[in-house]
Amino acid sequence: MSVRSSIAVLAVLAVIGLLVYGLVSKGSSGVAVGDPVPSSPLPRLEGGGEGSLTEYRGSWVLVNFWASWCGPCKEEAPALERFQRRRESAKFTVLGIDSRDLSGDGREFVRRYGLSYPQLRDGDGAAAHAYGTTGVPENFLVDPAGRVRWLLRGPVDEEYLRDQVAPLLEGKS
Amino acid sequence: MRTAIALALVALIALPVAGAAAEPRASLIEIEKQVMCPVCGTLLQLAESPQAQREKAFIRRLIDEGRTEAQIKDALVTEYGDEVLALPQGSGFSLSAYLVPIVAFLVAAIALAVGVARWRRRGGRETPDPGPSDEDSKRLDADLARYDL
Repeated sequence: MSVRSSIAVLAVLAVIGLLVYGLVSKGSSGVAVGDPVPSSPLPRLEGGGEGSLTEYRGSWVLVNFWASWCGPCKEEAPALERFQRRRESAKFTVLGIDSRDLSGDGREFVRRYGLSYPQLRDGDGAAAHAYGTTGVPENFLVDPAGRVRWLLRGPVDEEYLRDQVAPLLEGKS
Repeated sequence: MRTAIALALVALIALPVAGAAAEPRASLIEIEKQVMCPVCGTLLQLAESPQAQREKAFIRRLIDEGRTEAQIKDALVTEYGDEVLALPQGSGFSLSAYLVPIVAFLVAAIALAVGVARWRRRGGRETPDPGPSDEDSKRLDADLARYDL
């Protein structure tokens, strides 16, 4: 192969490589029911350090993506807190992930709504992207094996939690 | 001698202070042009979403605290990550956003220069067109005579 052909082939490969990189880095199919959940560590919203979904392996976890600037998140927060208080045990927790939000605003939100469940911070939205969220709030119920058992791309309320989530936790569905 | 050293020390201490004083006050309008609204995917300047409003309020608060433009952009990166910057940072992998176009331009310019040089060399050696052979000329004359009115 001549030098000119080699340069042309390298140029074409470089363009293809850039296109593939763009697709891989931007595209995300997200998670569906039955899929294992992404569990990269994230900073804790309060108290410093990092936390990850792997800490809760063996328990049910209701992962709730939210942000302080999101109206529906304000409406669902009290329902999530009540559900957490009723169900709190070694076998279940709600896990909040504050996404694309200012950390100060996020902490203020937690205080205002008296949220007692653990909170992680996803400032750049990488975790939301890995889950394939299209906005906030979105909710994913993760089983003890770390797989998505139910998801709702929108806010939950008391009725939804009672009818859709509770039966799964009690093994009735 | 001691006086000279003392004056030099005073000048050294005063230089950064003078530099800081010369730095213009950060402006929301200027920063809005340089950062993104992460949720909307547009320049903050063009965004009016609830998240953008909070981001603007955050910038205003830092301006009121007397932070410089660079400090405010750093604070935004801490909150939202590198992608909050409309222009990539000039370090690490982001540097490639600036280097790749320059390298591509240089490669194209070199390729063009080499191509032109080769074309000119070939043009210099080019021999004049010898024209048709005798046999072709005779056939052409015969054809023309046949159609000559």
